[in-house]
Amino acid sequence: MYGWIFRALPGPLWMRVILSVILVLAAVMVLMVFVFPWVSQFNPLTDSTIGTP
Amino acid sequence: MARSTMDAAPDHRVGRPPRARRRRTPFQLVAQVLGELLVTAGVVLLLFVGWEIWWTNIDSGIKQEQALEEFFSDAPPVTAPDAAGAPSAEDFGDPAVLPQQDLVGTFGVVYIPRFGENYSRPVSAGVGPDVLDNLGLGHYPGSGAPGEVGNFALAGHRQTHGQVLDQIHTLVPGDRVYVQTRDGYYTYVFRNTEIVLPDRADVIAPVPTQPDAQPVDRILTMTSCNPRFGAQERIIAYSVLESWRPAGAGPPPEIAENVARAAGQG
Repeated sequence: MYGWIFRALPGPLWMRVILSVILVLAAVMVLMVFVFPWVSQFNPLTDSTIGTP
Repeated sequence: MARSTMDAAPDHRVGRPPRARRRRTPFQLVAQVLGELLVTAGVVLLLFVGWEIWWTNIDSGIKQEQALEEFFSDAPPVTAPDAAGAPSAEDFGDPAVLPQQDLVGTFGVVYIPRFGENYSRPVSAGVGPDVLDNLGLGHYPGSGAPGEVGNFALAGHRQTHGQVLDQIHTLVPGDRVYVQTRDGYYTYVFRNTEIVLPDRADVIAPVPTQPDAQPVDRILTMTSCNPRFGAQERIIAYSVLESWRPAGAGPPPEIAENVARAAGQG
């Protein structure tokens, strides 16, 4: 899958390396900014309140 | 595949085009994609752990700084205690109490020297994830105001999201917990901790653990998760009001430097 993506990227080798680094960073950004905060509210391990306020 | 030079078989690699693609069966293709997805899931889970344990603290720290700035931009300017000339032991009578409808947004700051001389955390209304995950300490809606007869109840994370109450188990009876509002400074004395199950909502009753009793003391209750990195139980820290100083008299000398630093004047 990743091999196929890498081969599908345009340009010479150095450009494909840079593009894949950008793609990885973009995926990490989306995870940290949108996905993790949303998942985190279901994490019972960080619940510090008492009762059901 | 290694061949000895003694091998009589002709070398098939000679003349073969380099990097000829190996054809995969459909099963191999599916297995490879599945494997790559599983490896990705593992990396994403590790990233989530890193995000939760490390990044949320940085993120919450930035937001708490902003909340402190907002609080101090509305609060009366911090007077130096010696300039006001009030001795630290002076009795200012019954404390001023913020009305319930003013307990909105970031309405106070908590200073706990036991947690470090720079420890200053904003107190905001509400104990939902929007408050606790971003702004540090949250005030249980409906519980008392700082200095009020009854129970001023706060919640904060023990780990992650700023971990404002990480050191809660290090409090020693007699430790001071200072709360600042726009009206002044409330000095609470830490009394004891208690470890309870998460459903014990009566610890934030006006008289903790006695929901039907009529309050006479001015209590500060802080709740957090227990054990650290877990949430099977809650750790509860009780403090009792010792004294208060109006804003005009300046902060208690013990925290004067910290208040000035938090207010951006130090």
